[in-house]
Amino acid sequence: MALMIPCPNCGPRPYGEFWPSGELPEGGHAVDGDVDADYRRVWLRTNIAGEQRERWYHHAGCRRWFSLTRNTLTNAIHDVV
Amino acid sequence: MLKLFRRHQYLRQDTLGHSYDVVIIGGGGHGLATAYYLARNFGIRNVAILERSYIGSGGTGRNTTVLRANYKTPDTIRFYQRSFEMYATLAQDLDYNMLRSERGLLWLAHSDPQIRNQRERALQNQQFGVDTVYLDARQVHDVCPELDMSGGGKRPILGAAYHAPGATIRHDAVAWGYAIEAQRLGVSIHQGVEVTGLRIDRGRCVGVETNGGFVAAGQVLSAVGGYVTQITNMAGFRIPIVTHPLQAFVTESYKPVLDRIVASADLHIYVSQSSRGEVLIGAEIDPYSSYSTRSTFPFLASCSSRAIDLFPFLAKLRILRQWTGLCDMTPDYSPLMGVTEVDRLLLSSGWGTWGFKAIPASGISMAELIATGKVPPLIAPFALDRFRRDLAVPERASAGTH
Ligand SMILES: Cc1cc2nc3c(=O)[nH]c(=O)nc-3n(C[C@H](O)[C@H](O)[C@H](O)COP(=O)(O)OP(=O)(O)OC[C@H]3O[C@@H](n4cnc5c(N)ncnc54)[C@H](O)[C@@H]3O)c2cc1C
Ligand SMILES: [Zn+2]
Repeated sequence: MALMIPCPNCGPRPYGEFWPSGELPEGGHAVDGDVDADYRRVWLRTNIAGEQRERWYHHAGCRRWFSLTRNTLTNAIHDVV
Repeated sequence: MLKLFRRHQYLRQDTLGHSYDVVIIGGGGHGLATAYYLARNFGIRNVAILERSYIGSGGTGRNTTVLRANYKTPDTIRFYQRSFEMYATLAQDLDYNMLRSERGLLWLAHSDPQIRNQRERALQNQQFGVDTVYLDARQVHDVCPELDMSGGGKRPILGAAYHAPGATIRHDAVAWGYAIEAQRLGVSIHQGVEVTGLRIDRGRCVGVETNGGFVAAGQVLSAVGGYVTQITNMAGFRIPIVTHPLQAFVTESYKPVLDRIVASADLHIYVSQSSRGEVLIGAEIDPYSSYSTRSTFPFLASCSSRAIDLFPFLAKLRILRQWTGLCDMTPDYSPLMGVTEVDRLLLSSGWGTWGFKAIPASGISMAELIATGKVPPLIAPFALDRFRRDLAVPERASAGTH
């Protein structure tokens, strides 16, 4: 089975139509010039085995970003906005 | 004659002790090889391997078994070349048949950027004594007449980098060979033992919690493939690794027609034929991170169509098996190995889609590091802090997925 991504605009579509953001950086994307914080944000990952909040971009559909939570052990998805 | 039919037990069932000089988490190729070289080269035999499933059940038993040394950066070429040489005599060293088979590896170019890329790869390889040459389309056809040079009428083959020593080897045999010899030298191997926590005392790792109780350790090596961040999260620090699934599949057996290993960067695919006739096809990693090893239909459909563009005869074959393994991917596609910010806790990781061929060189180097406390120059470039020091080792173009 393909992983189906429930786009809030287009409904469930196969994963190939989307780009995933991956893990969101801790503390958001803001750059404040702190070299240590930048290092952690740019390179380090928790790579959690469990619930992960992500952004997905529907490039082959509505061309919009949305958020969801995915369980990285099972790929079950919920809380799509 | 009855004795002929007795069941042969390859691995002794060891009982789990309370304390070891070295505990290795993970019975994949990297953990097993490190244990073997610890015992053989450094006389450190009070070593336990804790494997939660069976040995070789991770990436080591799921990979597409390509051995090659045609990388890009000097540090990486040196490292993989060492490993490639060690693999050449591994069956003799371990006294275990591994069905190593030299095939010649073609890396096809179907576009101008890839022609440049493959020419550059050949020149760079030659600089470091690796046998890679650039071939034009005619020569590619001579080396591998089964190829459809028109690329299915869509992506004509314009040239290729040819790495003649490129080989395959039986992956299970590599795991078994190292395990049997390591055990013979005194290492104990525990299958079905899962590490569930680390015990850290004032910044120093003193042992591991398992489903069989606490095990004290002088040093702990994590060699758990795609699960590495589960261990580093237990230790309370983060590393630049994300886990992605990688899939592959084989067709039913067919008469021997394909000697070479053929990869295409433009089509993101590689094809070889195993010694029992199955045609083995691999491609890119899944685009999202995941710990799920369920295979997907879109992968099968899209890879099959790309494989047929290269080898039209595949169209009449049926698919026999498809499977998935987990890859510990680093941002620069190079390994992540050595000491960590927790004293006495070491990592052998960042093996991604490329780490099977690295097993001997990594095993011998990690054993040296554990035994002497000094980082061998061969693996120094792959230290965990390289991103903080802006010293990434970029290998994306040559890592491929094999
Ligand atoms: C489809 C595919 C094709 C590939 N093709 C190639 C190729 O052609 N050439 C190449 O060089 N590389 C290839 N690779 C990459 C290669 O397979 C891996 O890099 C390599 O096998 C990693 O070995 P390892 O010993 O680090 O990990 P693994 O072999 O994954 O071993 C890790 C072990 O740790 C155990 N474990 C995990 N967590 C715990 C715990 N908490 N407690 C106890 N045990 C634990 C697991 O059960 C597992 O057995 C491929 C990978 C895949 C998936
Ligand atoms: Zn959409």
